Formats: sequence, structure tokens, C-alpha cells
Amino acid sequence: MGTELFEILRKNKEKVLQLWLQAQQTETEFSNNFNTADELRAQSAEFVDLLLSTIDESNIQDFSPPGLESLTDYISSLTISRARQGFSPRETATYIFTLKDALLQVLSEQAGTDPMQLYKASMQLSKFVDNIGILSFETFITGREDVISQQSDEMAELSTPVIRVWNGILAMPIIGTLDSARTQVVMENLLQGIVDTGSSIAILDISGVPAVDSLVAQHLIKTVNATRLMGAECIISGIRPEIAQTVVHLGIDLSQMITKATLESALKFAFNSLQLEVRRIQKDKAN
Amino acid sequence: MITLLMAMIRESLAIQHERDLVYCRNRVKEVAVKMGMGIVNQTKLITATSEIARNMLIYGGGGIVRLEVIIRGKQEGIQLVFEDKGPGIADIQKAMQDGFTTGRTLGMGLPGAKRLVNEFAIQSTLGQGTTVKILKWKNG
Ligand SMILES: Nc1ncnc2c1ncn2[C@@H]1O[C@H](COP(=O)(O)OP(=O)(O)O)[C@@H](O)[C@H]1O
Ligand SMILES: [Mg+2]
Repeated sequence: MGTELFEILRKNKEKVLQLWLQAQQTETEFSNNFNTADELRAQSAEFVDLLLSTIDESNIQDFSPPGLESLTDYISSLTISRARQGFSPRETATYIFTLKDALLQVLSEQAGTDPMQLYKASMQLSKFVDNIGILSFETFITGREDVISQQSDEMAELSTPVIRVWNGILAMPIIGTLDSARTQVVMENLLQGIVDTGSSIAILDISGVPAVDSLVAQHLIKTVNATRLMGAECIISGIRPEIAQTVVHLGIDLSQMITKATLESALKFAFNSLQLEVRRIQKDKAN
Repeated sequence: MITLLMAMIRESLAIQHERDLVYCRNRVKEVAVKMGMGIVNQTKLITATSEIARNMLIYGGGGIVRLEVIIRGKQEGIQLVFEDKGPGIADIQKAMQDGFTTGRTLGMGLPGAKRLVNEFAIQSTLGQGTTVKILKWKNG
């Protein structure tokens, strides 16, 4: 695309903006956002300004920094702010792609009569705006992924409660996958719980853990060892028959740990070691 | 009919993040349940999958898992091929020994996985990558 064409676009900046704003209005079926027309106009003008002052002969061929940082940063923050304002990804994409229509229209009206030159310029310009669209899409997805990973971190915290089931006895039910990050949280919460309550027995219930592979087993062993270092005992409960068989075949020795099939039997064991007894009250029949 | 539909299951799953392991295990479980595999065999297969897929992620820099339902005569099973383009394994015999690890884990993944499935094959070329193939029969 020749220098003179960029000049033409820059000279007709107002025209581009006007066409773009028109297209935005026809494309947006219903106005479900709270932006005023003035705000949209100001934002769009800023975009056109930046785009036309950035684009040149070299970067139109190759959409990569250096030189494009201010434009790419702008698009990223524009995408994020639009997403926060409630625009759907489709709306933001449409917003960007209607700009292409405006640019091409101005080009075709002003760029002379050489069809080959016009064709080449249109292709390059199209590709450039497509890249802006892709960047916006990527930004949108990355934003979503950040939210998801943040939520799963929060979930890991939330889903590992330490419950004081009796004076001196803690229980911690684990539901879901026990990966390394989760184990860290489990271990910290459990050890802190032991300190806070002065408990001497902790029950880690894994009925809700779908599979125990060698890494999960190692995590369990570590947790038990850490608990013992604090002078408390850790019982692993909720070992289902299929898990027990699988662990044996894997070749992992859990015999150093106190393991129970159910939370109930773990609790019985705990009562026993604290020399507590749970009994049914004998009603006095003489009454 | 169900067998026919099952026979068409053939898919690839990329392993690039920890969360891909979770998806991979869940998908294997789903197929195993659909096939009617018993809970013990299901658990064994999922555990073996977890071991090898994690190795691929940790040591192989990620890779791909190909899941396929296999029918051989009257037997029905699930085959998984794990392929990475990582550094490869220098000494497979050593790697297959109980307790051997170049990391700080238990070293039970490969030998353990082998004991959990019906067929196990491993192939590795230094500098080119590692491929592990496992098969678990529904009633195996
Ligand atoms: N996909 C792989 N690529 C490279 N090396 C591997 C791969 N899988 C396993 N290994 C090697 O084999 C060793 C044994 O693996 P494994 O039995 O799973 O035990 P662990 O994972 O506890 O080390 C690993 O420590 C590693 O050196
Ligand atoms: Mg391993």
C-alpha cells in the first residue's frame, strides 16, 4: 500500500469516523448499553486517530511490535472496558469490523482508478483490521481465563474446611482432585487448625477424591508426616475398596498410616484413642 | 448398537496444563462408564492414565493423548496412546523400576501404571520424545 493512500486516509479521517458511526448504528440492533452517543463518538474518534497515525507501509504487512504497542495496548484496554460495560464479544467484534467497512469505502472513493492498486490496498487494510479483531478476541478470552483460574483458586480454599467434630478431633473432608496446589492449601489449613484448636487427632476424609495416584499418595504421606511432627495423629478415612485395590497395585505402601474405610470408623478410632466412649443412655425402667 | 457407537469413539486430547489432566481423567472415566466397565477396572485405568499423562506434562513438556475404543473378538476395551516430543528417557529399564525417579516424587508411576492395565508398551528416543500405549479390557 503506497504512502499516498495512507495520506488519503489520514486526510479523510472525519469521513471515516462518520461512516463508522453510521455503520455502528445500523449494526447495533438494540442499544442495551449505557454509553451515550457522545461517549461512543469520542471513543471511536480516539480509535480512528490512533489507528491512522500508527498504520504505515511496514506495519501494515506485519502486525507485530515494535511500533504497534500503543495501538495493541489501546485495543486490549478497549476490549476489557467494553466487556466490563456489558458488550458481548460479538458486539465488540462488530464494532471493530465495521471500521474496516468505513476505511475501505473511503479508500475506494478517494484512491483513484487503478483497480489493481485498490485491490492490493484493500486486502492489506482488511488483514490489518482482522488482526485487530483477533487481538481483541484473544484479550477477551485471556480475561475470561484469568477469572476462571481465580475462581478455581477460591474454590480450592472454600472446599477444604476444617471442622472441629469434637474437643481434640478435627475432620477435613476433601472433595475433588487433590493436586499439588490444593494439597498445599489442605496441609496449611489442617496444620493451622491443629494449632488453633489444640487438637491431637485430625481425620482427612478422601471419600470425595476420584482417584489416588502416586502423586496424591505422596501428598497424603507428606500431610500425615507433617501432622505427626506437630505432635498430632492424622487418620485417612474414606478409602473406597476400588481405591485400596488400585493403590496396592500401584505399589504404594500406605501401611505406615492409619487408614479407615469410613469417616465413622475413623471417628470411633479417634474416640478410642482419646479414651472417650459413646453410649446409648439406659433409660431407668423403674419410672 | 451401543457397541457400534462406542467403536466410533476415537479422539485426541492435548495435555498442556494441570487442568488438562483433570479433563483427560474425566473423559476416560466417561467412556469407561459408557462401556459398562466395572468400578475397579475404571479406577485402575484412570489412575494409570493420570500417571502417564502427568509424566508427559512434567517430563515431556506436554503432549497428546489418543483415546480409542478397541474391539478384539468378544473383548471390548479402551486404548490410550500418550505421545510427547520431550527429551525422551535415557534408560527405559531403569525408569520402569519401582522407586526410580529423576524428580522428587515416588518413582512408582510407570511401573505402577503397567501393573494396573492389561497391555503396556513404552518407546522412547533421546531428544525426540516418548510414546506410551496402554490398554485396559472392560472385563480384564
Ligand atoms: N514422558 C517422559 N519423558 C521423559 N522422561 C520421562 C517421561 N516419563 C517418565 N520419565 C522418566 O521416568 C522416570 C520415572 O517415572 P515414574 O515412574 O512416573 O516416576 P516419577 O514420576 O515419580 O519420577 C521419571 O522420573 C522420568 O525421569
Ligand atoms: Mg510419574
